[in-house]
Amino acid sequence: MGRPGAFLVNGLPALFYKEMLRFWKVAVQTVVAPVVTALLYLLIFSHVLEDHVQVYPGVTYTAFLVPGLVMMSMLQNAFSNSSSSLIQSKMQGNIVFVMLSPLSYLEFFLAYLGAAIIRGLVVGLGVWAVTWGFEPFAVAHWGWLLAFSLLSCGVLGALGIIAGIWAEKYDQLAAFQNFLILPLTFLSGVFYSIHSLPAFWQTVSHFNPVFYLIDGFRHALVGQSDTDPWLGLLVAGACFVAISALTLMLLRSGYKLRH
Amino acid sequence: MSPAIRVARLAKRYGGTQALDGVSLEIAPGEFFGLLGPNGAGKTTLISILAGLARPDAGEAFVMGHDVVRNYREARRALGVVPQELVYDPFFNVRETLRIQSGYFGLKHNDDWIDEIMHHLDLVPHANKNTQALSGGMKRRLLVAQALVHKPPVIVLDEPTAGVDVDLRRSLWAFVSRLNREGHTILLTTHYLEEAEALCGRIAMLKAGRIVALDATRNLLRHTNEHCASLRLDADTLPAEWQARVQREAGGNWRLSFSEYSELEALLAALRGAGVKVLEMQLLEPDLEDVFTDIMKRA
Repeated sequence: MGRPGAFLVNGLPALFYKEMLRFWKVAVQTVVAPVVTALLYLLIFSHVLEDHVQVYPGVTYTAFLVPGLVMMSMLQNAFSNSSSSLIQSKMQGNIVFVMLSPLSYLEFFLAYLGAAIIRGLVVGLGVWAVTWGFEPFAVAHWGWLLAFSLLSCGVLGALGIIAGIWAEKYDQLAAFQNFLILPLTFLSGVFYSIHSLPAFWQTVSHFNPVFYLIDGFRHALVGQSDTDPWLGLLVAGACFVAISALTLMLLRSGYKLRH
Repeated sequence: MSPAIRVARLAKRYGGTQALDGVSLEIAPGEFFGLLGPNGAGKTTLISILAGLARPDAGEAFVMGHDVVRNYREARRALGVVPQELVYDPFFNVRETLRIQSGYFGLKHNDDWIDEIMHHLDLVPHANKNTQALSGGMKRRLLVAQALVHKPPVIVLDEPTAGVDVDLRRSLWAFVSRLNREGHTILLTTHYLEEAEALCGRIAMLKAGRIVALDATRNLLRHTNEHCASLRLDADTLPAEWQARVQREAGGNWRLSFSEYSELEALLAALRGAGVKVLEMQLLEPDLEDVFTDIMKRA
């Protein structure tokens, strides 16, 4: 990948547009399906647990669950967007069209990251919209909502770029998704508060960065959370900077993209 | 004026294979240049370095005076590459593909030129077809169109006619020749040596990462002193002393390869002496394939 130019005007909008168009053309698979999946989770868990579990005083289980589902969907779809686009382009060989262009590695990164964030946000909005009928609530803190949404999609979008560049086969990407992303998102307090866990697992959960993303987002929506949202913001920000730096380093070196 | 392409002491190693071993070469603007060599000779590696798909271990490469590493943006804007593999993005139709490719080069309102390229490559009826639905030939045309969206002065065609039918091959060469007449520099790699002979003004031959021949096509054709004569005789056997030297061809003719005409004269004398009549004789001049085979054998 080449060095970034003096200003980012050339290929970036086109690559960003192409990435947006790519997921929008298959919106049933990339937007509607994850929304339906989240809705099914909500139906099942809220039906089973609504009358049995109250995590925070004055907050119903459904109100607790919705922010977790919205954030989980955003995270998984931001990751999927960049990772699946890259692995498909590599497997089909059409990544060469981007590689032959004068795009810098920074433009490449920003275009894939931007599209991943947008897909995450679109899916998140979709999940929120369909769950509205079950739990309409006023947003407690818009600022936190925006900060955690963008940072979370950014972290997973950048991680998706790394996975997409690293994976040489679809099953390698599936392994990354199933053995890293899925456990991190499922074991992060989407369906429960970590205070309900034994002390050991509470400690373990604090080492899962996704926990802070979901907890912070929940704080933004319902105004209550397991940890201080400032700590969550610090963890999310640090993760974003570290993963972005690693992604940029890989892109700059041409790792698995240029020989 | 800068050469269209200049490479100097270019070296590239993949694992234990030295793909390029100190290649130096200059191609002037407006040339139709052929790069020939057997599989694994280093042709695609050289093109990959020019296009920025691979990085050289040593040496330098320039496109229209722009260093392909240090000034990669300018170098890539000056270069259009038609890749060897038939690749396409199945998410988009033909027009979308060309618009997106234009966008990568910072060209926003490029529809007039896109329409013109599509017209010349007979892609207009397929403009709104998904790329997946195109035939192999149409996919190849689309690759050519993609390489041209940013009007590059230098065009690289990496085996563009592999697996392509005769009609497409002819129309492709007519179009590429026109581009060359209009001033575009063309760098062609092909295994079809008759194409290279007909189209290229100069040719470089690569073997094991080194240039083993580099000259004007007409000079290369003079390079070999191997000639060939095909004879139809009224007999089924030759005088004993010539049997090892002369091969029987599929059609029943006899073929003699020689470097001095005196050898042909000696054969004719021997045939006369044995009472064998020559019914027909044809002298064949060497073509690029003979030259290529000869050079590769000796290199």
